[in-house]
Amino acid sequence: MTGADVVMLGIAVIGGSAALLVVTARNVVHAALYLVVALLSVAGTFLLVGAEFLAWTQVLVYVGAVVVLILFGLMLTRAPIGPMAQHNESARLALLVSVALFGFLTTMILGAFGGDVLPLAHTTAGDLGEVLYVAWAFPFMVLGFFLTVSLIGAIILARREEGEGPEPLLDPDLATGRPEPAATDASSTPGVTRPSEEVPR
Amino acid sequence: MSEYAWLIPAVPAASAAIIMAVGKRLPKGGAEVGIAAIAFALVLSVLVAIEVFGANVGSALHHTSAFVLERAVPLATFGGEFAFEAGIRIDGLTAMMFLLVTFVSLMVHVYSTGYMHGDPRFTWYYTLLSLFTASMLLLVISNNLMLLIVGWELVGVCSFLLIGFWWEEKQNSNAAIKAFLTTKTGDVGLIVGVIALWSMFQTFNIGAIITAVEEGVQAGGAPLNTGLLTFALIAMFIGAVGKSAQFPLHTWLPDAMAGPTPVSALIHAATMVTAGVFLVARLYPVFHASETAIVTIAIIGAITLFSAGLLAIVQDDVKKVLAYSTISQLGYMVAALAFSYTAGIFHLFTHGFFKALLFLGAGSLIHAAHSNNMSDMGGLRRFMPTTFWTFLVGSLALAALPPLAGFWSKDEILVEAFGAGGYAGTVVFVLGILGGLLTAFYMARVLYLVFAGTYRGAGTPHESPVAMTGPLVALAIPSVLIGLVNLPLPRFQPYAFSAWTMFSEEYWSHHEIALNVPIAIAATALAALGIAVGRAMYRRVPERDPVLHMGPVTQVLRNRYYLDHLYEGVIVRAIREPLARAAYWLNDRVIDRVVYLAGVGTARLARTTYELGDQRGIDGAVNGLGVSAMWSGARMRLAQSGNVQLYAGGLFVGVIVLGVLFATA
Amino acid sequence: MMVVYPLVFAALLFSVGVYGVLSRRNAVLVLMSVEIMLVAATINLVVFGQLAAARLGDVLLSGQVFALFVIAVGAAEVGVGLAIVLLMYRNRATVNIDDADLMKF
Repeated sequence: MTGADVVMLGIAVIGGSAALLVVTARNVVHAALYLVVALLSVAGTFLLVGAEFLAWTQVLVYVGAVVVLILFGLMLTRAPIGPMAQHNESARLALLVSVALFGFLTTMILGAFGGDVLPLAHTTAGDLGEVLYVAWAFPFMVLGFFLTVSLIGAIILARREEGEGPEPLLDPDLATGRPEPAATDASSTPGVTRPSEEVPR
Repeated sequence: MSEYAWLIPAVPAASAAIIMAVGKRLPKGGAEVGIAAIAFALVLSVLVAIEVFGANVGSALHHTSAFVLERAVPLATFGGEFAFEAGIRIDGLTAMMFLLVTFVSLMVHVYSTGYMHGDPRFTWYYTLLSLFTASMLLLVISNNLMLLIVGWELVGVCSFLLIGFWWEEKQNSNAAIKAFLTTKTGDVGLIVGVIALWSMFQTFNIGAIITAVEEGVQAGGAPLNTGLLTFALIAMFIGAVGKSAQFPLHTWLPDAMAGPTPVSALIHAATMVTAGVFLVARLYPVFHASETAIVTIAIIGAITLFSAGLLAIVQDDVKKVLAYSTISQLGYMVAALAFSYTAGIFHLFTHGFFKALLFLGAGSLIHAAHSNNMSDMGGLRRFMPTTFWTFLVGSLALAALPPLAGFWSKDEILVEAFGAGGYAGTVVFVLGILGGLLTAFYMARVLYLVFAGTYRGAGTPHESPVAMTGPLVALAIPSVLIGLVNLPLPRFQPYAFSAWTMFSEEYWSHHEIALNVPIAIAATALAALGIAVGRAMYRRVPERDPVLHMGPVTQVLRNRYYLDHLYEGVIVRAIREPLARAAYWLNDRVIDRVVYLAGVGTARLARTTYELGDQRGIDGAVNGLGVSAMWSGARMRLAQSGNVQLYAGGLFVGVIVLGVLFATA
Repeated sequence: MMVVYPLVFAALLFSVGVYGVLSRRNAVLVLMSVEIMLVAATINLVVFGQLAAARLGDVLLSGQVFALFVIAVGAAEVGVGLAIVLLMYRNRATVNIDDADLMKF
């Protein structure tokens, strides 16, 4: 048991329990915060393995941007603030599936890499940069292009049309007590039916 | 000539077949074939008789053994022991029977051409006559008891067919059935007796049985078991009682008068009814080996002759009178055979002629008056002289007035009975002699009622055609003369009938026929008395027949001693009722039930097939297809729930499965 | 360090993510669970990249580079996914996934 092993174990415990809390938290905001912890632990793993640039990128992108995005999403969709039941009726089946999956994966991993040792290495940002911009230059460009496209797409998706009213009625399951907004004119929105007919009570 | 004696029954048999096959197309409807055949048989019989009688006379003169010709053809052997053979036995008795049967049959054949003229079943009648004659001749000629039984049964069948010839009348077929069943009752005894004899002697051959009895041994050399022999003989005698209409199985004979009169003449006077007498005569030495059997025969014969004589007095139907008279005379013959061979068969011989004559004469009367009843006749002497004279001859012969045939034969019986003495002999003698009185009386009654006085019937009677009167005359001649063949004169005896018909020379030489003058005179006197009484009572035909008004006596006699009531009312009904009920039950509950169950079973099967097979099975399969489609669709619809997480879950499960598969592959 | 530790950790994260995807009602939370799964896969990539660099002499650092790309793509996917969720919320006034059940025959 080397030191790296101990640290790895510690990170694994923290990350694992954080992830568990993400998927079981009753308060959605708490779930988002637990997500932060999980992501941070992943960054720690990267560090341990020796990919320092990746670890910081992970923190920047995921913890910084993705979690913030998620929080904004929670806000915009009027997610209930207080604790409430969050799981659907097939939670037990889901548990079964995930446990089975974990068992399977672990068996496979242990069987294949049971006694292998990962030699600790240190990959500097310079090393990564040298490879990234030389050998992986073309995928890098495509990646940038791809990010631009998806951004544009997301904007297109999420923008509001002319004449649309404010956010519509709330889901009564997610009761928040907010006043009902005015009805929207959904005739110009493709693929959308009138919400008053759509929403089940 | 006796070698060819087998032709005597064979030719009438062939003629019966020919008449049945082609008789209708022949000009005379088959009668010519029958007459020709019987005439041939008669001629042959005469030739055989000449040979046999001549030989026997020689035996009597020279004290050699009697003539016996036996020829046999083995038919079948069962198990090496039970041997059937077809054979002929020609001796004096056979030759005598040949003569009687063929002559009377020929007379009846000729007579019937007139009597049965115009009958729609004329050809069938002649077929039966030929067949009957052939059967009787077969019975007479056979050398073994099995073949004799065959002949016995055949004559029974022919009698049945001929009695019920006019079966359109129910009472005729009833009479035929009654005759058949009553004789059949006796035949049971006959067959039992024959089988018992076989068990003793291991053979059916008559000659062998007689020889064995005379030597006193059974088969295998054991001494004769007289108890079993008595049993066998009495059983066989029961057959004779049935066939020869002895008391108490005589009730069928008067009813058998329902048949055509020539049939009555042939079958019920001269031939078939004598078969029983013939049987006893054929096995004479055997019967005489058992004292008990002899006494039985004598007593039954005596009862028969007297009781039947009484019954003949109160009849109105002329044929019934003659029927009872026949029964009575058969009683004489049977009783005679208890004491003397010759006495019995001589009376059989003479009786055949004059009784046939009387019956044919009665037929002539019936033909003229169109009625059987004497109350519809009367004064027929003027209209039918030939019939009258021949009938008179026959009556006097029957009444046993000398020198007519009946006197010699009946007298001989009385002499032998008297000579035998003892209990049986005395009974037979007394009843026999009184019977003579009765016979004379009732025949006188008939004569006066029919021929004297005025005609009481309808229409105008006329004499019958020559076809009918010819046989009457032909039969009258032997009725007068035939008695003379057996005159009881010692010097004549070796040439007489008794010698002709001897079965054994020892017997013949020890049993001389003697003339007992006192008995003869007594019998004749009683006969004359009877005639006188009859004349006195009926000469002026009275308004009220005194015989019919004798109070209870008439009652009993008219009801024939209530025997018919006993047989039919009590015995037959007691058997028939439960049998009929059992048969009905069997038919209704068992057989019909099977049919019913078959129907119900089929219906149930059909219903089950419909319900289970069709409704549940086939329709169920068809419906099931639809239902299973809907059910599986409902299940499968769950996969299309639209629930994204379900889809994702399915995806992950699939991943796991695939992963495991690939990992373990 | 034993290589199985990070790998098992990644498997654990992935399984937890699967559980979250299958059982959470709120769409945004489902998205969070998807992120966890993605991250788990990224760990795998990095670890195996390092293993390959050590054993197979991979000089191109393919594992890390790949992981970089995955992170970028993951971020883009979250953005687009949230846009979709917003759209759903706007049209249905609910982010309950059980209500989005039109994807059926």
